[in-house]
Amino acid sequence: MSLLEIKNLHVRVDGNEILKGIDLTVNAGEVHSIMGPNGSGKSTLAQVLARRDAYEITDGSVTLDGKDLLAMKPEEAACEGVFLAFQYPVEIPGIGNTYFLRSALNAQRKYRGQEEMDAMDFLPLFREKLALLEMDDKLMSRSLNEGFSGGEKKRNEILQMAILEPKLAILDETDSGLDIDALRIVANGVNSLRNPERAMLVVTHYQRLLNYIVPDFVHVLVDGRIVRSGGKELALELEEKGYSWAEPETAGVGASAAPALRRDGARA
Amino acid sequence: MRETAVEHVESWLDSFSEAAKGAGNLPWLRRLREDAFARFCETGFPTTRDEDWRFTNVSAIARTTFRPAGAAKVTAAEIAPYRVDGVAAQIVFVNGRFAPELSQLNRLPKGVTVASLRERMESHPQELEQHLGRYADIRRDPFCALNTAFLSDGAYVHVARGVVVEAPVYLLYLSTEESTPAMTHPRNLIVADDESQVSVIEDYASVGRESVVLSNAVTELIAGESATAQHYLIEREHLKAFNVQTLRIQQGRSANVASHSLLLGGGLVRNNVHPVLAGEGGECLINGLFLGTGRQHLDNYMHVEHASPHCGSRQFYNGILDQQAHGVFHGRIVVHKDAQKTDAKQTNRNLLLSDDAQIDTKPQLEIYADDVKCTHGATIGQIEENALFYLRSRGLSEAEARKLLLLAFAEECVERMHSAVAKELMERLIREHLLFLEQAPRVPSGPRITERAVEEVG
Repeated sequence: MSLLEIKNLHVRVDGNEILKGIDLTVNAGEVHSIMGPNGSGKSTLAQVLARRDAYEITDGSVTLDGKDLLAMKPEEAACEGVFLAFQYPVEIPGIGNTYFLRSALNAQRKYRGQEEMDAMDFLPLFREKLALLEMDDKLMSRSLNEGFSGGEKKRNEILQMAILEPKLAILDETDSGLDIDALRIVANGVNSLRNPERAMLVVTHYQRLLNYIVPDFVHVLVDGRIVRSGGKELALELEEKGYSWAEPETAGVGASAAPALRRDGARA
Repeated sequence: MRETAVEHVESWLDSFSEAAKGAGNLPWLRRLREDAFARFCETGFPTTRDEDWRFTNVSAIARTTFRPAGAAKVTAAEIAPYRVDGVAAQIVFVNGRFAPELSQLNRLPKGVTVASLRERMESHPQELEQHLGRYADIRRDPFCALNTAFLSDGAYVHVARGVVVEAPVYLLYLSTEESTPAMTHPRNLIVADDESQVSVIEDYASVGRESVVLSNAVTELIAGESATAQHYLIEREHLKAFNVQTLRIQQGRSANVASHSLLLGGGLVRNNVHPVLAGEGGECLINGLFLGTGRQHLDNYMHVEHASPHCGSRQFYNGILDQQAHGVFHGRIVVHKDAQKTDAKQTNRNLLLSDDAQIDTKPQLEIYADDVKCTHGATIGQIEENALFYLRSRGLSEAEARKLLLLAFAEECVERMHSAVAKELMERLIREHLLFLEQAPRVPSGPRITERAVEEVG
């Protein structure tokens, strides 16, 4: 049984069909990258998997370890091992980073019938992961993401992931807004979490991140459909030829407006 | 005197004559009371035609015949939840009367007086005469006039020049169950002499079953030159209580005063905070949180008067309203002609948790000086869906995530408080109350207390 199985997934937002029949199978231990131009449905897919309820699922199924993921609430999906690293992590004044992380970890442990961790047990684990992401512990005494730079927010996402140890980690545009040093740190953090039990779905617009997090499979998402799948070399090919190359002829005129990729990875 | 201004005028007259009998015979005090009663009879209760009362209809109070609350006993078991560790002293009033057997006044440092106002009036009348009734304005506010007319007891707190009291003085006002609508008019006087420091917690609560009560309290707080005073108000009476509060602050040169309010209980609550920055270089913080549910009506009326140059005032009010609760934030800032270099700021943030909850927020700036900085802002919103999803996506249940977000919103106000003892108390009450908000049964839709006839209130 595969860890994640998406079959014929159709999703609407405000009456517009965004995902038009996605099929994707991800096994434990694999890293899959979903690439695509803006507006192709990448983030929608990521959010549907994390069970945000703003989406209307009109057809298809998604299972996680054989369980119906689409029947789960966000917190149930999280407790079953789904983790979404947000493209735009939310700032929440008044909730302490450390307190929040321990509460989240304990909510998940409780769900799995494990004993809750007290502050004393939690601290060494927390310190270790902070070091992994080269994060200043002063940051952690502050409110959740409040006043964090873009890079600090993204590192904080990966820190949360390192502590929550999900089965399926979904990284939504984790590279956006990062300079090369921050990108390297984030990628190191992610790579250290690769293991045979864990799968990752790396959603990105650009190939740049995939130099650091090397995927086993690359899928190209255009206009709500996976138009091409292949190995890591597909990302390089895309980089050179642009998304219009990956599209089937049937995708038509509208899709050719998708921005081409530039070698430096900057937005066109 | 317009005879029609007050409904049930005979019953008020009865109550007033009754109260006057037991009020001692200091001539200045008698005059103060009589003037106030005459003034009240002249104006009657305010109506929504009055700009200061536009959002709060008190006809439910006006139509009720209140009698002065009777003497009652509160047991040790009933008072136990109201003991707070770490306070300098606790003075307890039951139905407006000083309860020495419940009070703990024996650990006070030198230079600090905490006493029943009534007792102090007998032993040290001159000491009170110079302040009592000097600041609270019976002309402006009929409730103030009513309180002054019925002035008989309350707390007196005095801190001598240069004395610093770190631990807060805790004033507790309990109302008990009564068979007919009952009223109390607690009157407090807090005097912080020059260069002294004091913090006071005023806490209004109910014991026993719910019955209709009116707690109409007035506190005059006088902060001398370079004095520091922190005032904490807690309103947690039951939902049949009417509660009107007036805190009148008089600040001397470079005095630093803060008013912190936490409104949780009461069916209809009006909280007036009126500081006058009378000396140069004064600083005033007005910080408040109100949490309403059911059909509660919680009105926060600020009136900040800048009467001297180089003073700063900050108002921060956060409101959380669920079900059909109605909140009001009316922030009036008056900058007098000579109060140059005034720096006044006002912020009101509100979270509405249901479609039926309502908030009226009104800034009102009156500026007669030309070199001032005054800003105001208000926001009304709901729990942010983004934030909720973010927390849930990490494994927290929806209820848990909501509670955490509400607590964080409330925490902004707690953070501005100074006394660790007061903070801890406030935080505990907020946590308990958020749980109550979550579990409170939904009231069927119907008129709010400000819209109901008195027969239904009783």
